[in-house]
Amino acid sequence: MLTREDVEKVAGLARLKLTEEEISEMADKLSQVISYVTVLDEVDVSNVEPMAHVADVANIFREDAVRESLPREAALDNAPKSDGKYFLVPQILENA
Amino acid sequence: MDYTTIIGLEVHVQLLTKSKIFCGCANLFNPDNPNVQTCPVCLGLPGSLPVMNRKAFQLSVKTGLALNCDIASFTKWDRKQYYYPDLPKAYQISQFDLPFSADGWVDIEVPSTGETRRVRLIRAHLEEDAGKNIHDESGRGADSRVDLNRTGTPLLEIVTQPDIRSAEEARIFLEDLRLMLRYLAVSDCEMQEGSLRCDANVNLHVEENGETIPTPIVEIKNLNSFRGVEAAIEHELKKQVKAWQTDPRRMGEVPKTTVGWDANRNATFEQRGKEEAADYRYFPDPDLCPVTITQEEVDEIRSTICELPGVRRTRYVSELGLTPYDAGVIVDQGAEFASYFDEVCVTCGDGKQAANWVTQDVQRELNERKLEIGEFPVSAPVLGAVLKKVVDGELTIKSGREVFATLLSDAGDGTRISAERIDAIIADKGLGKEQDTGKIDAVIQAVLDRNAAVAEDVRNGRMQAVGPLIGQVMRELKGADAKDVRQMILDKLQG
Repeated sequence: MLTREDVEKVAGLARLKLTEEEISEMADKLSQVISYVTVLDEVDVSNVEPMAHVADVANIFREDAVRESLPREAALDNAPKSDGKYFLVPQILENA
Repeated sequence: MDYTTIIGLEVHVQLLTKSKIFCGCANLFNPDNPNVQTCPVCLGLPGSLPVMNRKAFQLSVKTGLALNCDIASFTKWDRKQYYYPDLPKAYQISQFDLPFSADGWVDIEVPSTGETRRVRLIRAHLEEDAGKNIHDESGRGADSRVDLNRTGTPLLEIVTQPDIRSAEEARIFLEDLRLMLRYLAVSDCEMQEGSLRCDANVNLHVEENGETIPTPIVEIKNLNSFRGVEAAIEHELKKQVKAWQTDPRRMGEVPKTTVGWDANRNATFEQRGKEEAADYRYFPDPDLCPVTITQEEVDEIRSTICELPGVRRTRYVSELGLTPYDAGVIVDQGAEFASYFDEVCVTCGDGKQAANWVTQDVQRELNERKLEIGEFPVSAPVLGAVLKKVVDGELTIKSGREVFATLLSDAGDGTRISAERIDAIIADKGLGKEQDTGKIDAVIQAVLDRNAAVAEDVRNGRMQAVGPLIGQVMRELKGADAKDVRQMILDKLQG
């Protein structure tokens, strides 16, 4: 079972602000999801190499060549806030 | 108080590729034009897919080899999750459990102790750089500005074992590392521009009552100058010693702290962590395929590594007989300068002579003309040919300097400088060493006859009077060797 604290921690890491009801609801729902996937614990994987990628391919490279970038207006277009040159975000780091 | 200083460094190095690590945007330092080097991959837009830059991987392996690391035959990339505005995807593509290289070392020479110290490296891995945040410094809490030009710049993270024992050693390690990376041409290592950055983890091992007690680790972030690295660590060590004496804490009793370095105030300031406790929830990035590398491919990359600074310094001292100081001066100027020296040396066949000219005459001209060695008008074979004549006794050092000066001023007139010019200059100016002793003898006799009183002084033992006599002879016989002339005058007067 997931505890309230587990949910609060995960929500914090995902920058989600949950209400009291949502926390209880999520604790239940996430616990269900986790108990569902614990069925995988029954598989014996002691002789299986950990998989790095689902597709069995390696060494996909591009050559080091410059391609055109987006115009600045297009790059900033989806931003909630910008000054026409930079993305603007609420102040992040407090220097004590 | 009996203690040992324990320092480990994390160094970030931007690689010298044309394009970014996972997309075709230009990899250029361009702070005056924010947000012009981005694309859907840099911006983390849905549906975009990163593809690994081959060159970035090759430069990484080259660096790993130069750092004496083992290169992994299988390596992969992972997502490191955290929220920060300079990281639009909310995760950084990095390497977690299977970095491309591990277990290396770098030897450093510490002048203050005369010791050679080995700094072991835990790993070097390849990741993407984040963008740049510019904070409002007015204190009024205005918005931070974000420039994503840097997002996706190929970044090598090099992590040392805590093998460094003083702030001085940390600075030397970083200076040596930068020189090596520049020889390898994998990074320009411009600390001002952030292409070489360093974090330092600092604590003490206090010896008390037969027990070794580690104190809490403090991480100093984003040191961007050699002086900053040394000063910040020095400052932090003093603070930790004082802390132990007033309120002793062991490692684990308080959480690890992260501080920044304010070079203007010469003090550290505490930073709030990105997460209360780092929880990056790494997992393999499904967008990128793993990379495998064969021994043949590793060997091929190894073959592109030039002679590195440490090896070069040793060779200059042991094989060419240079002083460690001169060897250091040449090596520290960079690979191109050292290669110029090597070529002069091979052409003239005398390491010391070549070192004197390259570190004095050539360096002086480069400084005065504000040139790089690659732009210097007197090429290595030409200077080597002049010095060969000096070494073979066909030119005096003084005449050699005159030939050198003439070659340089010819270059100013746009005259093409080739080795053939040397003989022409020597003939024009009569600089060839005068080897006709009969002729020298006649000139000396004439000078002595004109200066009978001075000659008499010398005969009576007033040796300083001989100087003006030599001067007069040399004015008439440019190519004569002043030392020979002095001896011949003395032989005549005292014989």
